[in-house]
Amino acid sequence: MQYDLVVVGGGPAGLAAALSAHENGVNSILIIERDRELGGILNQCIHNGFGLHYFKEELTGPEYALRFIDMLQNTGIDIKLGTMVLDIAEDRTIQAMNSVDGYMMIKTKAIVLAMGCRERTRGAIAIPGDRPSGIFTAGAAQRYLNMEGYMVGKRVLILGSGDIGLIMARRMTLEGAKVLAVVELMPYSNGLNRNIVQCLQDYDIPLYLSHTITDIQGHKRVEKAIVSKVDANRKPIPGTEIEFDCDTILLSVGLIPENELSRGVGIQIDPRTNGPVVFENMETSLEGVFACGNVVHVHDLVDFVTQESMRAGKAAAQYILGDTPNQKNLITVKNGSHVNYTVPQYIRPDHVEKLVEVFFRVDNVYSNMRIVVASGGQELCSFKREHMAPGEMEKIVVPKKFLDEAKQAEITIAVVNQEEAK
Amino acid sequence: MVDVIIIGAGIVGCSLAYELSKYQVQAVVLEKENDVACGTTKANSAIVHAGYDPRPGTLMAKYNVEGNRLIEEIAKKLDVPYKKVGSFVLAFDDTDLATVGTLFDRGRQNGVPDLQILSAKETLAIEPNINPEIKGALYAPSAGIVSPWELAIAMMDTALRNGVSLYTDSQVTAIEKKPDGYEVICGDKRYQSRYVINAAGLYSDQIHNMVSAPAFTVTPNKGEYYLLDKNQGNVVSHVIFQCPSKVGKGVLVSPTVHGNLIVGPNAVDADEKDDVGTTRTGLDFVIKAASRSCDKVNYRQSIRNFAGNRALTEIDDFIIGEAQDAKGFFDIAGIKSPGLTSAPAIAVDMVSMLGAAGLSLVKKEEYIDRREKVTFRDLSPQERAELIKKDSRYGTIICRCETVTEGEIVDAIHSPTAPRSVDAIKRRCNAGMGRCQGGFCGPRVLEILCRELGLDPREIPQDKDGSYIVMGETKTRGGNN
Repeated sequence: MQYDLVVVGGGPAGLAAALSAHENGVNSILIIERDRELGGILNQCIHNGFGLHYFKEELTGPEYALRFIDMLQNTGIDIKLGTMVLDIAEDRTIQAMNSVDGYMMIKTKAIVLAMGCRERTRGAIAIPGDRPSGIFTAGAAQRYLNMEGYMVGKRVLILGSGDIGLIMARRMTLEGAKVLAVVELMPYSNGLNRNIVQCLQDYDIPLYLSHTITDIQGHKRVEKAIVSKVDANRKPIPGTEIEFDCDTILLSVGLIPENELSRGVGIQIDPRTNGPVVFENMETSLEGVFACGNVVHVHDLVDFVTQESMRAGKAAAQYILGDTPNQKNLITVKNGSHVNYTVPQYIRPDHVEKLVEVFFRVDNVYSNMRIVVASGGQELCSFKREHMAPGEMEKIVVPKKFLDEAKQAEITIAVVNQEEAK
Repeated sequence: MVDVIIIGAGIVGCSLAYELSKYQVQAVVLEKENDVACGTTKANSAIVHAGYDPRPGTLMAKYNVEGNRLIEEIAKKLDVPYKKVGSFVLAFDDTDLATVGTLFDRGRQNGVPDLQILSAKETLAIEPNINPEIKGALYAPSAGIVSPWELAIAMMDTALRNGVSLYTDSQVTAIEKKPDGYEVICGDKRYQSRYVINAAGLYSDQIHNMVSAPAFTVTPNKGEYYLLDKNQGNVVSHVIFQCPSKVGKGVLVSPTVHGNLIVGPNAVDADEKDDVGTTRTGLDFVIKAASRSCDKVNYRQSIRNFAGNRALTEIDDFIIGEAQDAKGFFDIAGIKSPGLTSAPAIAVDMVSMLGAAGLSLVKKEEYIDRREKVTFRDLSPQERAELIKKDSRYGTIICRCETVTEGEIVDAIHSPTAPRSVDAIKRRCNAGMGRCQGGFCGPRVLEILCRELGLDPREIPQDKDGSYIVMGETKTRGGNN
């Protein structure tokens, strides 16, 4: 089996990358999706709020996915559903399998990695206590409700105020469950503000900031959760315990990019994002292998996944068609104050036409700050922000001319107080 | 009336069922849970000990070395994950070095093969990630790692194929002495047999006291663990012990047969026999104690914590034999470490004891002493291709983390021990054992269980009876919550 481009993952990232590659002149494209249908996690996100940026209208998750699935019509892009990629080799040979085609060896000129992310579990954050049933990641519970049609509980406590947790607080309430509280370890929520308002406040669901679950009780099904306040070092404070009689605990405690395949082929992973280190065009450390969406870094909005994936698809097309300029200069993007990571991590100015978009997250909640792009101690450009929070991804657009001014082959992105001297 | 009733289907009960099934003996196993291997058997360090720990002359010493040999043999025959990785006992000071010397001598007396005392340099050359400040170590190449629950399941599967009967959800509530044996009562069910074997683990004192004067008390002693993702599975390549002290064999760091890393256990008295909850204090202790052996473990890669209870008694040894005042009633009690390793050897000896007590032991002429099992992830690309051609269900991956196919899950569902819960499937083919802990495959496994067994999702528990997963249908599906 031979293709010009194989896209691993048929969620929003993979769909956009495949379409973009096709628009940019590639005809031999295969999308491999492990689930039974295209669309990825969007299919279980039946709430609205998708597409405001990209389509300028409000869609549900399945509607958003369907827009892209419809666009695949008449493109000749091949799709294999229920198909699992087991291995990618350095020469880009892909081992994949399904029940119809059996075991496949697929050769390709380029690959786009779009495997998305998975949820952190109870085990990952080592919540102590008994191990009864009734503890679900928020996404797994969402699947049971929205895809399978089953309720997972009646008295619910939610740990973590990420967006999926907030959405599920509302969803469980609408299905008749009592959501007792949302408990958040940090002093701020990691979710979008609109979700705090529309999913918690509108339903009088209390949000306990700087709290965490310190014990789970129940021999068969969850019977009780003990919640404690935490200090500035996120350590539980004895004597602050609150008991919740609940039968269900949902966990919305973070997402981890799914990079077992990337690691397997030796692609460089950024420990800050848990995703591949990428260049300005979303190419990974392995030539001809691109990555986009939540497999690179976890996004807040699918619209931005689409945009990033369009760039990856276009870059893959350029690579396949031999339009990629030779790499001469390489700029390392460094993290300055209050910046947790950046994507891309490297920029090749020769690949940049007019500008480069840099995405990052800050390490705390800030107001009236300035984002400074500097090189060799010299400020190249800066951007004002009234409000910044870890739960909201930041984007800056750096014009090419500043890259050409970069010294010692590096630029630093930092967040500073507005007053701080230039 | 059957010949033998075994109470308890942990590693001991399963070993004995397997051993007895080789003979023309009618045997019945009664298990209170809905599956085998549900107690301490599924929550321990999963180590096949070499046998240098027990004092010579104890039953633990007697059975450990022989059990070590038997597990290797059984694992091969019954397709159970097992690796003879070897173990180190690290010495951090002169006292430890003296202990290592004592263990070496004990090991020699107990018949442990190929023991060596290595220098710090030699040890670090083999295990570069351990604490460089060690003074030396005891090396036991015959120590191994195994999947304890798969070993128990494999032995019970084989016993069932050879005619043994297993009744799960059968908690023994009373035992009555009869002229020619015993009547074992499980609620409204009654079973008669000539011999009764008490392999009830943590509850063996309660079972014993149903027919015999109290002779021992089981005190549950909890051990808590971290299980880490496969990217930590190569931090060490042998079982790394510290010197045993008054409080047990200490915290170990070891690879598992599934490629993960296990760290633990501590040792604290449990509140109840079924209290296997973990605690922050206990888990923090495990990390701190283990860091003395190896500080290279990244606990951010934790995928699960668990705890199991040791069946400690007043006697610092196994309690094995016929009860003094109850002829035909045999205890196999106080089976703490090295209980897993010893179980197959105890079973062999128990069969001889039964023979000596009058049970006729004639070997079956047609005995199935093997078990074949498809483990897709271990196959080559060619073998995978052929397998999918034969049965397309092996072409669908259900558990992405552990690469488990639908075919393997269906095989597990229809295996002799007849699993009925999502975790029972996990114990048989690893679906849900990985880093996402069933987040993706849980709903799919539930769906396949329902399809194969003709059940509703509400009837399938996560693990024990009563540990239900879904509660009802959503409004859109037509449910009325």
